[in-house]
Amino acid sequence: MTNPLLDLHDIRKTYPSEAGPLRVLDGVSLSLGAGQTLALTGESGSGKSTLLHLAGGLDQPDSGAVRLGGQDIGTLDDAARAKVRRNRVGLVFQQFNLVPSLTVGSNIALQARLAGRHDPAFAADLAARLGLAAMLTRYPEELSGGQQQRVAIARALAHRPDVILADEPTGNLDEGTGDAVLTLLLELVAETGAALLMVTHSPRLANRLASRLHLSRGVLEG
Amino acid sequence: MLYTALQSLSSHWRRRPGQFAMLVLGLALATALWSGVQAINAEARAAYDRAAATLGQDQLARLERADGRPVALETYLALRAQGYLVSPVITGEVRDGDTRLRLLGIDPLTAPPQAQTPALDGDLDLAGFFTDPGILLVSAETAALPLPPGLPPLRIAENIPPNAAITDISTAARLLLRQDPSYLLVAPEQPIGLAPLSDASDLILRAPDSGSDIARLTDSFHLNLTAFGLLSFGVGLFIVHAAIGLAFEQRRATIRTLRALGTPLRTVLLALGLELTLISVLAGAIGIALGYLVAAGLMPGVAGTLRGLYGADVEGVLRFSPEWAVSALIITLAGTAAAAAQAMLRTARMPLLAPAMPRAWAQASGGGIRAQALAALALFALGGGLALLGQGLLAAFGCLACLLVGAALALPALMTGALKLIRPKSAFAEWILADTRQQIPGLSLALMALLLALSANIGVSTMVGSFRATFLGWLDQRLASELYVTAPSADDAARLMQALAPQVDAILPIVSAEVRLFDLPADVFGIADHPTYRDAWPLLSAAPDPWAQLERGDAVLVNEQLSRRENLRVGDMLPLAGGLIIVGVYSDYGNPNGQAIVSLSRFSETFPTIRATRFAIRIAPEEAPALATRLRTEFGLPEEAVTNQAQVKAFSIEVFDQTFLVTGALNVLTLGVAGLALLTSLLTLANLRLPQLAPLWAIGTSRATLAAVEMARSLTLAALTFLLALPTGLALAWILLALVNVEAFGWRLPMRIFPPDWLALFGLALLAAALAALGSTIRLARMAPARLTQVFAQER
Repeated sequence: MTNPLLDLHDIRKTYPSEAGPLRVLDGVSLSLGAGQTLALTGESGSGKSTLLHLAGGLDQPDSGAVRLGGQDIGTLDDAARAKVRRNRVGLVFQQFNLVPSLTVGSNIALQARLAGRHDPAFAADLAARLGLAAMLTRYPEELSGGQQQRVAIARALAHRPDVILADEPTGNLDEGTGDAVLTLLLELVAETGAALLMVTHSPRLANRLASRLHLSRGVLEG
Repeated sequence: MLYTALQSLSSHWRRRPGQFAMLVLGLALATALWSGVQAINAEARAAYDRAAATLGQDQLARLERADGRPVALETYLALRAQGYLVSPVITGEVRDGDTRLRLLGIDPLTAPPQAQTPALDGDLDLAGFFTDPGILLVSAETAALPLPPGLPPLRIAENIPPNAAITDISTAARLLLRQDPSYLLVAPEQPIGLAPLSDASDLILRAPDSGSDIARLTDSFHLNLTAFGLLSFGVGLFIVHAAIGLAFEQRRATIRTLRALGTPLRTVLLALGLELTLISVLAGAIGIALGYLVAAGLMPGVAGTLRGLYGADVEGVLRFSPEWAVSALIITLAGTAAAAAQAMLRTARMPLLAPAMPRAWAQASGGGIRAQALAALALFALGGGLALLGQGLLAAFGCLACLLVGAALALPALMTGALKLIRPKSAFAEWILADTRQQIPGLSLALMALLLALSANIGVSTMVGSFRATFLGWLDQRLASELYVTAPSADDAARLMQALAPQVDAILPIVSAEVRLFDLPADVFGIADHPTYRDAWPLLSAAPDPWAQLERGDAVLVNEQLSRRENLRVGDMLPLAGGLIIVGVYSDYGNPNGQAIVSLSRFSETFPTIRATRFAIRIAPEEAPALATRLRTEFGLPEEAVTNQAQVKAFSIEVFDQTFLVTGALNVLTLGVAGLALLTSLLTLANLRLPQLAPLWAIGTSRATLAAVEMARSLTLAALTFLLALPTGLALAWILLALVNVEAFGWRLPMRIFPPDWLALFGLALLAAALAALGSTIRLARMAPARLTQVFAQER
């Protein structure tokens, strides 16, 4: 891969704990290019979410490099990392993390507006593709879990990010709804050419992505 | 980006208009009460300044007699003959029943330019001003008031104090029946070559007034008002703090989402700051409008108070001033910043990856409560030290502040301690107690606000009640005579007294003179030797047989104010009429000035030109109404010239009640604001407490039971707060009566307690707590099971 959009190299991360420093990631490296999808599986506490947070600039590694579009974001300050996140990353959370006081339409447009690249036509197209066109003026609490996750996916894509980071995006949904949501996410990622890194517990869902890695006690296994 | 962040955060308020209204209301109320009080103070002080500037008193020195009596006309003429630039002024009051007008008689031809005598402004009928019947220059407000009859024509002029008239000296002399000037105005530049004015006569040269006597006297009143305004502002800020804290807690997840989506922390903080500024400006504007209404509503009462307590003339009208509005807005912004500081700090320190579940807001640790309790003990010790060793009004207020802040800080520890004393008998009761203890940190600010409001209420009403009860008893002693008569002139009074003497038990002339004692205004009364005084006069301390000594003419009685202010005791000499020995000190509530009583003969010798126009009549009470009627019909006295004891008492009580009208109104407003603070805090906690309540519901406690527990808990906490507020309020009353009152007014009152009032206040506190808890209780009782099960669904 010549120009990976996301490149993590020899990442190490420890957290303080009562029993001494807890090593969560121990020399993890991975790369993702445009249009590639990667599932990251592992037991609870294996460091999956930590790895995702580091990839999105939500946290900083103790050592190693996190490159997004060639830029090492691990050493940037909070404001600079926020800018990278705003412009280049789309995040999908297990808890959806929608703004409860904004309508569906405003939630979809939120990150695009923050990044200064809101495209109403594209947002409307995304909403239509995700079956949300009739719900734009409703509030998140009026939607089902599956609908809320579709709003979160639309928000993560509306600013055309380079990388989508999804943390258990179907974890709160039933199997059927989860499958449908993942199908939509994969379709849209393919259309936009973004790279997708998805954390999941489910081997079944992981198998739907192009590649898969397993994280065990902070170390990647092929 | 800032706009989008602001829009996302502020969308919260659109979804929760009630919460927004609470925040705006809290801020607006805090601003209104504070700025209203400031407006009243500013208006009154402006009135004092206008009065102080009359005739350039704030710029011109005066010559006057040491004993405050008029300057002999010959002395004035002698000074003029020597070439000194001095100008005579005659001052005095024309009274008729309840109506009165202060006269300032000037000589425009000799008055220094700094006196800015309106007569010389070129717009006046000079001939009319100088010649009989003369012209009285008054302000438009004064012209609209009922005035004594028989005055010369009035002309409206600018810059004349309320209830006062400026006129030519000859007109004043005629109306006041006096020839000698009250004092002489001194031009700043005197002809070269003359000896210093202080050596030219035996008159005292007084420097220009830097502030009027009234301003000095009323300082304590305004300080009281300011303290009340500050208390209300503080209590209002509790609401704002609670509302902002609630909004922060509810938006914690939104803030984290915004940051995760790439909004820098500083942009989030800037957006929050901007949002609060906009809300402050809106609430401040509402608060200013409300404050103006509060001030305008209270102003007539305040004017009545100032007139009743201090004799200060202040118009009962409020003028709008832009400076006041701007300063009120600044105070609102500062108050919002103070109330929001904690929430903003938490936002700044909130880690991006913290769990999204809301945690109990403002959950102080046990260590925090202990630290507060220690701080409270230190404050109580400091307050005690100030009470025992401190001097002056500032020390008294310092002691008061230590008590109130200390009590507020001690509240959480005392409440937690009280709850620990209870030994629960069932698992459910154990849970209720544990849950209540857990809630105390979150509710402590609101409970502190309630404690302050209740303590202030108990303290101030105890003070006012003690004052009223003592005042009524004192009135009974002082107003022993059955009828009080005011004659049109001294000659008429003499004729009336002569004619009535055979028909009544006794006639007691009432005669007084305004003097200066220890360089401050005072009154001297001459009284007849009669059992009316001997038996009833409220003496606080006295030499043996003071009345006999008084009658001999070489002794004097002084009021408590003069005694405390100048540290005068029985046996000391008073520099009046060549020196008189003090044989008694009497209580004289409501009088700001010093007062002395001499025998009628000593009075006549000292003030030969002053004759009685008023007198009291002793007669069998049942004959008083008939005599009053005869005085009006046979002697042609106007209705208001004859008053009976009951009327005077009723008037005095009316003045008294008017005096404390403002305090009562502020009391009620503060309690209302504290109730709102409690409501806001309970609403805050109601949303955060579902995770604690849902498991109880799940294991078999009905929603109705949980709701009943919530209500009972609110009532219990309010009751505990009241129990602590009671001793705090009584201590506050003691400080007000024994320290503040003595420093501010010069007299001390015995403290009386009013348990039925406490019971009423206890009921009011419970009502406020019940109303505050009602919303969340009903919501909990009716909460859909799905909402409760959601708690488990969200757990990770």
